[in-house]
Amino acid sequence: MSWLGVFSQLLALLTALFLAPLLSGWVNQCRARLQNKSAPGLLQPYRMLHKLFQKDSVMAEHASALYRTAPYLIFGCMLLASAIVPTLSTDLPLSPAADGIALVGLFALARVFISLAAMDVGTAFGSMGARREMLVGFLAEPALMMVLFCASMITRSTSLTGIVETLALRELAIYPSFLLAGVAFTMVSLAENARVPVDNPDTHLELTMIHESLILEYSARHLALLEWAASLKLFVYSCFGLAIFFPWGVAQANAPLALIVALPVLVFKLAVGGFLMAVIETMSAKMRIFRVPEFLGTAFLMAVIGLLVNVLLGVG
Amino acid sequence: MIKLVPQLINLFATLILLISFAMISQRRIVRLINLFMMQGMALVAASFLIGYMTHQTDLYVSGALTLVLKVIFIPWMLHRLIGKLNVRWDVEMLINIPTTMLVGIGLVIFSFSLALPVSRLSHSIAGASLGIALACVLLSFMMMIIRSKAVPQVIGFLSMENGLIFAATTVTNGMPMIVEFGIALDVLVGVLILGVFMFQIREKFDSLDIHNLEALKED
Repeated sequence: MSWLGVFSQLLALLTALFLAPLLSGWVNQCRARLQNKSAPGLLQPYRMLHKLFQKDSVMAEHASALYRTAPYLIFGCMLLASAIVPTLSTDLPLSPAADGIALVGLFALARVFISLAAMDVGTAFGSMGARREMLVGFLAEPALMMVLFCASMITRSTSLTGIVETLALRELAIYPSFLLAGVAFTMVSLAENARVPVDNPDTHLELTMIHESLILEYSARHLALLEWAASLKLFVYSCFGLAIFFPWGVAQANAPLALIVALPVLVFKLAVGGFLMAVIETMSAKMRIFRVPEFLGTAFLMAVIGLLVNVLLGVG
Repeated sequence: MIKLVPQLINLFATLILLISFAMISQRRIVRLINLFMMQGMALVAASFLIGYMTHQTDLYVSGALTLVLKVIFIPWMLHRLIGKLNVRWDVEMLINIPTTMLVGIGLVIFSFSLALPVSRLSHSIAGASLGIALACVLLSFMMMIIRSKAVPQVIGFLSMENGLIFAATTVTNGMPMIVEFGIALDVLVGVLILGVFMFQIREKFDSLDIHNLEALKED
């Protein structure tokens, strides 16, 4: 472990923390513009977080300790997840501790806690949202794993830094399985980040909401942490996709100067990705909750066919 | 650059397979026709690329034939047909898409395992795509079985033909020109006749549901 490694790890963490709300703001702004609405400012999520951290927290009377600690746990999970995804550099000291499978596990851990906390206070909305969250989650996770395995089969590694290093350094090649895996990943990330075909991120008090009903009872700093965790999740998902499908421009271990270029490249890639996400959200209509298993089942099958195509066409 | 061409062919092959799956799960007839058009385009691109790699000019002709017939003419005709039959925005009730998809993936595994030993013996540049072509044929076949309306069945038939042409192009670098022309003419005439059929079915039963045709006698 070198000092440079520690530095790039810290830099990656700070980038994730402070860029994540900006990414959410960017996606919201793009979406509002595309839908002919006047867009909120790019810095709106920061203002929101600032305001929420200032306020006094109100708790339900029967809330247990789990309810109180869940926001910190979820925020911690997302922070750790953002630490092991190579955003700026592949020289991450924390990365050998957890590979892509552990990343999926971290998301699952956060999901379990947010669902438990939502059921803890015993409101109808909370337990309904928790059930729906689990429904989405148990279908999205295997699909995400299969997307990861598609990349693992090509690079012979499940570590995300390993995948990025292998793909970025290898001679440019077109892997047809990534076409299928890319479609699957887009579907999964829409579902997991509570985006339009599955959930609408900006409605409150609707019977169809998933993410919002989970955090309905939270207020002040707890809500701020959960909102921040949600935007970190979007950030980590985007970086996970970029790491697998567009790994170029991430600094290698022995090239400290590349770190300077890596940040603008990352911002550019995220801006394009966020815009595309807004386009997809604008073009699709929200589907019924019972269509979601179909949607995510399709994503899973796409990823599996990607694996099969790898076998058929041969890789490496 | 020349190294990327076989990979591009594989990419288009995968795209054809992807569109086959999209067709199975598509409920709207208009989108089905657009998907069929896109599949035709991927097929055209693949045959042009194989022609470029193997320096066979008749593959360009075959690609151009597919372009004119399956990307431009037949979709245009189908659009006109569904406009006239007034089924443009029809939504077909499909039973249990996840199960259909699972059967589909079974078909893909079956055809991949069938094609793998064959493609090892093949010397053509895109021989490995045989499995994909076979999977497309079987998926379109399944689509013809599970759909109950006439127009999606015709599209299934045409998509199966796409798969067959793709198999012929990848494995043998194209069939003899005369066979190619014959098949193209067959498809064209087939679609014209089926178009007339659809009008007749509609005249007779007031719907395009082919379950009406199952009984031999009127009672």
